[in-house]
Amino acid sequence: MDSRILSDREKQVHVKGDGPFSMNCDMPSLAGAVSQRACVFCGSRVVLYPIADALHLVHGPIGCAAYTWDIRGALSSGPELHRLSFSTDLQEKDVIFGGEKKLYSALRELIERHNPNGAFVYSTCIVGIIGDDLQAVCQRVSQETGIPVIPVQSEGFKGNKRAGYNAACNAMFELVGTRPTDDISPVSLNILGDFNLAGEIWIIRQYFERIGVQVVANITGDGRIDDIRRSHGAALNLVQCSGSTMDLAIMMERQYGIPFLKVSYFGVEDMADSLYRVANFFKEIRPAIIDRTRELVRNELNRLYPELERYRKDLNGKKAAIYVGGAFKAFSLVKAFRLIGMDVSLVGSQTGTEEDYKELYEITDPGTIIVDDSNPLELSNFLEEKDVDIFVGGVKERPIAYKLGVGFCDHNHERKEPLEGFVGMLNFAREVHSTVMSPVWRFSPRRVSQHVHNERSLKAV
Amino acid sequence: MLDMTPKDITERSALRINPAKTCQPIGAMYASLGIHNCLPHSHGSQGCCSYHRSHLTRHYKEPVVASTSSFTEGAAVFGGGPNLRQSLKTIFQVYKPDVVAVHTTCLSETIGDDIPSIVRKAQEDGIVPNGKFVIHANTPSYVGSNVTGFSNMVKAMVDYFSSRDFGKSTDVNVIPGYVDPADMREMKRMLAELGLTATVFPDTSDVLDSPMSGSYEMFPKGGVTTEQLMKTGSASMTLALGAFASESAAMSLESKCGVPFTVMDLPIGIRSTDRFVKSLLDLTGQIKPVASMIEDRGRALDMMTDMQHYLYGKKVGLYGDPDQVIAMADFLISAGMRPVYVITGTPGKRFEDKVKTLLGNEACRCVVKSSADLFYLHQLIKSDPVDLIIGNTYGKYIARAEDIPFVRYGFPILDRVGHGFFPTFGYRGSIYLLTNIVNTLLDRIDRDSPEERFELVM
Repeated sequence: MDSRILSDREKQVHVKGDGPFSMNCDMPSLAGAVSQRACVFCGSRVVLYPIADALHLVHGPIGCAAYTWDIRGALSSGPELHRLSFSTDLQEKDVIFGGEKKLYSALRELIERHNPNGAFVYSTCIVGIIGDDLQAVCQRVSQETGIPVIPVQSEGFKGNKRAGYNAACNAMFELVGTRPTDDISPVSLNILGDFNLAGEIWIIRQYFERIGVQVVANITGDGRIDDIRRSHGAALNLVQCSGSTMDLAIMMERQYGIPFLKVSYFGVEDMADSLYRVANFFKEIRPAIIDRTRELVRNELNRLYPELERYRKDLNGKKAAIYVGGAFKAFSLVKAFRLIGMDVSLVGSQTGTEEDYKELYEITDPGTIIVDDSNPLELSNFLEEKDVDIFVGGVKERPIAYKLGVGFCDHNHERKEPLEGFVGMLNFAREVHSTVMSPVWRFSPRRVSQHVHNERSLKAV
Repeated sequence: MLDMTPKDITERSALRINPAKTCQPIGAMYASLGIHNCLPHSHGSQGCCSYHRSHLTRHYKEPVVASTSSFTEGAAVFGGGPNLRQSLKTIFQVYKPDVVAVHTTCLSETIGDDIPSIVRKAQEDGIVPNGKFVIHANTPSYVGSNVTGFSNMVKAMVDYFSSRDFGKSTDVNVIPGYVDPADMREMKRMLAELGLTATVFPDTSDVLDSPMSGSYEMFPKGGVTTEQLMKTGSASMTLALGAFASESAAMSLESKCGVPFTVMDLPIGIRSTDRFVKSLLDLTGQIKPVASMIEDRGRALDMMTDMQHYLYGKKVGLYGDPDQVIAMADFLISAGMRPVYVITGTPGKRFEDKVKTLLGNEACRCVVKSSADLFYLHQLIKSDPVDLIIGNTYGKYIARAEDIPFVRYGFPILDRVGHGFFPTFGYRGSIYLLTNIVNTLLDRIDRDSPEERFELVM
């Protein structure tokens, strides 16, 4: 491998076609690396945040609450309580004498004012060190107020984002099974691992309604405490998004015998496949579901394909790079790019597992760079080397792409258009098209020289 | 639905809602980026570093790099020494900066990592190459605010670099405060205009406002160099702009190298810029500023006088970091406006005293508060509305809920562009700020005028 990769990271980068596939992943970042990864707290916060009628109180110094204040476009169709920033704002004296009292009175005050249906209390690094008994405080407040008050064990240093997902799942699992399930249909499911960014879960819910499946709980996009409390009444769990809610699905399977399916709503193939698998699951008790699903997919595709073709014509042969949080999203993106005629030159994730990378290896073309837990220097080198036309990533990747003069599509918190479902594929194609085809890149120094070169060779012909 | 603020104010001791501050490390990270070829290093969990980088990126729309000690449970129990050591190894092998600026976090502060001795050991063991530097600042998140963190890192620049060994010169040091690159750039321009040789530190211009070049530079060309920092010890004086962000570095420089200092408000608005320029003139012995500067002042004044009747008597809710808020309050008062709510999240009675002095007789009719938050500001506005809100992006919720015109000012601005390019400093900065304020008020008049009063010429 070349000198542009940290020597200790060689095993976290693989170029398809360069020898047998092996990948070291799911391991802590090298200390001192400019990693794009986050912490346990971040993982918990992103998963639980979209539960809109819950009180989310960050127990710690102000930063953890300040940086997670309304930064994720997880839309709610009703309450907006999740969008406020509540913190115990721990001070030096609290660090010395403990913050339990402060936490108690903060909780009491907030619950009285906002009447939430439940509360999550996030632990931060400092709380893990000073040893506040979150469990005890939460239990007491829960008894006094009659609502579930749940501690989230999200001390930042206890692992990476994945550990945070796990802490969030543990917190939610405390809610599951605490409400009656009488009016739930046998043809019903929970949507796990969708955060309703730009309203995506509304699209997916509507598909399920059209094929006659009841959605019990959104976990967690546009989520509600009471829905989660009775989510054990659903017949099936659908899990999207690599790690984030898988733990919950596993716990629910163990405790309540609810099977789960791993799905993705990104891209045409995966979206249709997800619907068909759900239909198959329910076909014994609801035979008509198969036809209804076929019809839905047919209608959507008939509408979608002619429109996609317009973009495909322009995008054919252009090159894309992908660097996202979870690897599961990367699978769908690879397929989605293929559908609009583009080649994927680089694909990577912050938190993929070995299994994830194996799958990526299977679905990519020779020459594609596969990378785990990358950093700006490495990414920018690869982007330049592969001369890509678009980079898909999150907030920290965006300016790198722009500095290089490469188009960008936010496939993270800051996406403004829904990218899931059939309509999402069209939005995705439009977004990709609008950034790749924008004339502004022509002014980028790198492109200017290419442009001149091309024109010269044209003249020579 | 977003408006969940009740009008009646009750005493809150345990709770912060919608903060008007953030934690120390981000300020330290920002200051570090103002050193040439410097990699900020966050000694704590990965999340801190990631959040700070994302937040800075959203404000500056620029790549922000920093490394992290990537704490694990083991580090939290046994100390983060090995992590910092490994970090320095990685950083100097791979990224090769001239300086690594380490700041701590609440975690590493509480477990008590002794940064200087860890670094000293690393230096002895050859992990830090010759001619390279590692500096540090203690920035516990549970003390002060982002401004405190900035101040601590600027002080670290003095403590580690400033030296008496370069004799005495007539140069001036300017510590510009916790301001955007455009202000640092404007500061350098004004100093050059007055013919002064000065070191501005930190200096994030050409770091966080770098041009689109078609390639990614991990260390853009800007930033104060280590050599310049060393020579700050030989300067004739230091101007520390903004007491909260800049005073402690200036004091440290005086006690370390005997360089006298003056603390001034940020040169935002005409009155404050006048005072700043006057002190520079005293220093150079010039009687009058240069013609171009007098003309800039005249143009700022021209706009202020042309538009005075739109400004006079307008009530303003103003919040943000203390130095910015103090300077802006002064500016607003001088333009005939009434900053009736003046708030910062940063603790400090000094802020309240200073603003009350500026307000004079008006003070008793205004609310001036440090350690406050935007929930409180919203409550004040609900009880008695204002004509304009001035502050960072987070004010947009209040502006929307109460339908009040809003000018974005300070850090962070996450939803607009331009703040990275147009200075608020100096007479030119006054023109930019006035333009924003007046146009925002005029837009509102247009929006609200009945047809018969909707005017072409305003």
